[in-house]
Amino acid sequence: MAAPQNLKYTADHEWVRVDGDVATVGITDYAQSALGDVVFVELPDLGEVTASSVIGEIESTKSVGELFAPVTGEIIEVNDAVVANPELVNSDPYGDGWLVRVRVAELPELLDAEAYEKLTGE
Amino acid sequence: MSDRLSPLHEVHAAAGAVFTDFAGWQMPVRYSSDLAEHKAVREAAGIFDLSHMGEILVVGPGAAAALDYAVSGRISALQPGQAKYTLLLNDAGGVLDDLIVYRTGEDRFLVVANAANAGTVAGELRGRADRFDAQVHDESDDVALIAVQGPRALEVLLNTEGFALDGGHPDGEDVADALSSLRYYRALAGNFNGSAVLFARTGYTGEDGFEIFVSPDAARALWGALVEAGAPFHLVPAGLAARDTLRLEAGMPLYGHELDAETLPVQAGLGRVVDLGKPGDFVGRAAIEKGPAPEASVLVGLRGEGKRAARADYPVRDESGATIGRVTSGALSPTLGFPIAMAYVAPSHAAEGTVVAVDIRGTAHPYLVTPLPFYKRKKTS
Repeated sequence: MAAPQNLKYTADHEWVRVDGDVATVGITDYAQSALGDVVFVELPDLGEVTASSVIGEIESTKSVGELFAPVTGEIIEVNDAVVANPELVNSDPYGDGWLVRVRVAELPELLDAEAYEKLTGE
Repeated sequence: MSDRLSPLHEVHAAAGAVFTDFAGWQMPVRYSSDLAEHKAVREAAGIFDLSHMGEILVVGPGAAAALDYAVSGRISALQPGQAKYTLLLNDAGGVLDDLIVYRTGEDRFLVVANAANAGTVAGELRGRADRFDAQVHDESDDVALIAVQGPRALEVLLNTEGFALDGGHPDGEDVADALSSLRYYRALAGNFNGSAVLFARTGYTGEDGFEIFVSPDAARALWGALVEAGAPFHLVPAGLAARDTLRLEAGMPLYGHELDAETLPVQAGLGRVVDLGKPGDFVGRAAIEKGPAPEASVLVGLRGEGKRAARADYPVRDESGATIGRVTSGALSPTLGFPIAMAYVAPSHAAEGTVVAVDIRGTAHPYLVTPLPFYKRKKTS
């Protein structure tokens, strides 16, 4: 699946959709495919986060990956549906598999779809 | 990239496989979903490419005696057509590899080794067979291996076109009876459209199933025929990820995780695989008779709660927080729904029912020492 053009990306294989001052964050299709079936997702409590800090974990049968805050700001919502049904990360990584929403205080420079696809060699 | 490719590589790529480096080979880790592939093997059937594994022939009038000396089991006691799980030990009694040895003729044995160890096993067997009337040939490059595993594996084989038996009916009319009555750890020589195959009722999943040794030239056609025959039985291609969770549930050791050159078989719960009753010396005998130090760690099964898996190399601690062992393999069990692991722990904490803590990335999680295997199939035949 191609990386959607309307999203921004990090080198840690997360996507960010900025809507006003709110950023929705998830992991990319490339990341979910590399992880395999996601069986456990741990998401942070609401509150302040700093870009690049670890805010959660995504475990598959084979491995465990960390979730990094791609922006600095305040976590205002987490997706309880993926905690209950971690497979959403695999089945709909850019949609129902979103992970957290952050009110952005500071938006670092992120990759566009083209740059991200170059990174993953897809 | 110096990675080696299976003769089935293009077939896997066309099926959408994700590949991983495994012992210098590019092998499928999954095709679509590890969990779906795991479930298919437990409930229907899965087909695996195991062409990376090592196949070493030991032949000659002294082959049986050579193997009795070279490995831990009494290989000379096998009947032609019979197989045995055994260990290649070093002088210190440590495990260099775990093997299946098939007696394929009076003076002919097929030794199947882990991919990473195939060279070591061939070299050791050659050295150990030196003073016997036996020859050792590493055939790993000339043998492909396809496994069909799961409760419907037999049906898949019975519906596959092109099989015949050595010395059997040319149209293969007698194949169905022979495969149906082939017992666990038995093998049968035959052919697939004229290419020699060996059917073995062995596996590494905890389910019924077959492993079929075949020439690399015929591997693609055989894979295709099995996949086609398997469709009505919900056969799916399965990768190494599913293979690993299947064997873990079945409590089967994996070399490099539960077994290594520093660990004695008895520590891994494999004391029964070493035949101290066989006459004559064998490599590792003296060290095995002496046994490990009393404080040497032992392999246990662990079960946890929740969804968070203990994984290889995580520390195991006692109630005071002291490290008493380490995890060798672990996953959230797809079949059982809770985390399972195998770990080496101090004998003081190895008794069934003991509660230990696994340090999962900085947090202690309680785990219960549990008998192996975690999963046992219901025997229907």
